[in-house]
Amino acid sequence: MEKITAFLSKRRNWTIPYALFLSVFVVMPLVLIAWYAFTDVDGSVTGENFRKFMQHPEALNTFIYSVGIAIITTLVCLLLGYPAAYILSRAGFKSSNTMVVLFILPMWINILIRTLATVALFDFLNLPLGEGALVFGMVYNFLPFMIYPIYNTLQKMDQNLIEAAQDLGANPVQVFTKTVFPLSMPGVVSGIMIVFMPTISTFAIAELLTMNNIKLFGTTIQENINNGMWNYGAALSLIMLLLIGITGLFNGDGDKASNEGGLI
Amino acid sequence: MMKYLGKAYLWLLLLLLYAPILIIMIFSFTEAKVLGNWTGFSTKLYTSLFAGGVHRSLINAIWNTLAIAVIAATVSTLLGSVAAIGIYNLRVRARQAIGFVNSIPILNPDIITGVSLFLLFVSFGISQGFTTVVLAHITFCTPYVVLSVMPRLRQMNQNIYEAALDLGATPFQALRKIILPEIRPGMISGFILAFTLSIDDFAVTIFTIGNEGLETLSTYIYADARKGGLTPELRPLSTIIFVAVLVLLIIINKRSARINRSKE
Repeated sequence: MEKITAFLSKRRNWTIPYALFLSVFVVMPLVLIAWYAFTDVDGSVTGENFRKFMQHPEALNTFIYSVGIAIITTLVCLLLGYPAAYILSRAGFKSSNTMVVLFILPMWINILIRTLATVALFDFLNLPLGEGALVFGMVYNFLPFMIYPIYNTLQKMDQNLIEAAQDLGANPVQVFTKTVFPLSMPGVVSGIMIVFMPTISTFAIAELLTMNNIKLFGTTIQENINNGMWNYGAALSLIMLLLIGITGLFNGDGDKASNEGGLI
Repeated sequence: MMKYLGKAYLWLLLLLLYAPILIIMIFSFTEAKVLGNWTGFSTKLYTSLFAGGVHRSLINAIWNTLAIAVIAATVSTLLGSVAAIGIYNLRVRARQAIGFVNSIPILNPDIITGVSLFLLFVSFGISQGFTTVVLAHITFCTPYVVLSVMPRLRQMNQNIYEAALDLGATPFQALRKIILPEIRPGMISGFILAFTLSIDDFAVTIFTIGNEGLETLSTYIYADARKGGLTPELRPLSTIIFVAVLVLLIIINKRSARINRSKE
């Protein structure tokens, strides 16, 4: 008993339960993805799963198509979201606070309900479901994630720098391109990350928005896992992880901003 | 002029963001099976949602979602808070290592978390159902609890804890009377965050829920949408969820505004 009390009174030992939990539920599962990706059904090591991906035009095409859709979605979000974040950060403080909440609010609604709402809107307006609906739905789902981090960096920006630029004779356009935009880059980068990652990895949403006509890479992974092709599914997951890892390299301190984005 | 143009742009964007939700809300007050058909004002969908007789499975799904969220949020708040106290007292190296692993579930796309946990459960022959979903939710919720408790520990004056020990408090008394009151706000916001993340989750749930007929709200909506026709009762349900989230957010905002004011 005394031993236990002595052990617990060292507060650093309190990490142990969570460390064990993390190793079982976070580290081991990731190791398992790699293990399944490089083995076949019998458990012998092979590169067959990746060869299958490269030789399989359907999976490869889906992958390229998904990256394309994710890039388009991210660009549209940036084009729509940056001006919004800029205006929000310039508006009077009191009303802008409510406005920011209004922009973030849709994030808290179940993503499937939001997607179905988009489908409902297209039905209501008699617009066809398809590629256009897909991009609209994605933008609708992820636009708040773009606005928030950009708004955050713009709001924290040192106003003296802008005044200094004006004093030094920059016209409004130059102030924006030479001062405001470069200073807001951290927000832009983390906004791009937070939008790009979920768009590349979503599944289910695309089917709902296109009446099962368009498939994204996330769905390919889900279908393979569902049909018992665990090794191939794991290999595809690893490819997605790799892509996200590469995107993540461009992102210095973006994870901090992304946490703030979720926390309101 | 520019100012009004900016305001107009924001309102236009908001209209776009809210149009789908508004349409769902409006059409929750009519009986038509197909969304977009207005067959006169009626609250029948609301009464049949709560009467429950017609859609037993929907009511079950709601209860499952709430039960999973309550259990997952409670466990991850306890696990995460104890872990945060431990991590805070670790040496730098160990702290960074745990911090890195802690951020993996936050940065990973849902689908990767889902696939990796699926592989974990099937590798060890664990049959999937309620328990595995709860475990999966604890996995992606706890990191957020750790992150919201940590800042409170950092702000705390360490000397008070030492003083309590010097004055004869046992470590547990000091924990209960000194540390706990300090970190309680972080625990509460961690709990709320974990709760909403759990309710909202779809991607991780679908990989860990197994196929023994267990449904959460997300998987129910997904299955429903795939069948083509959407259960009309989902319209009033989405409306209620939206209004509930709205009220909750207003309360949280008011509360934090008050705390901020009392600080000044």
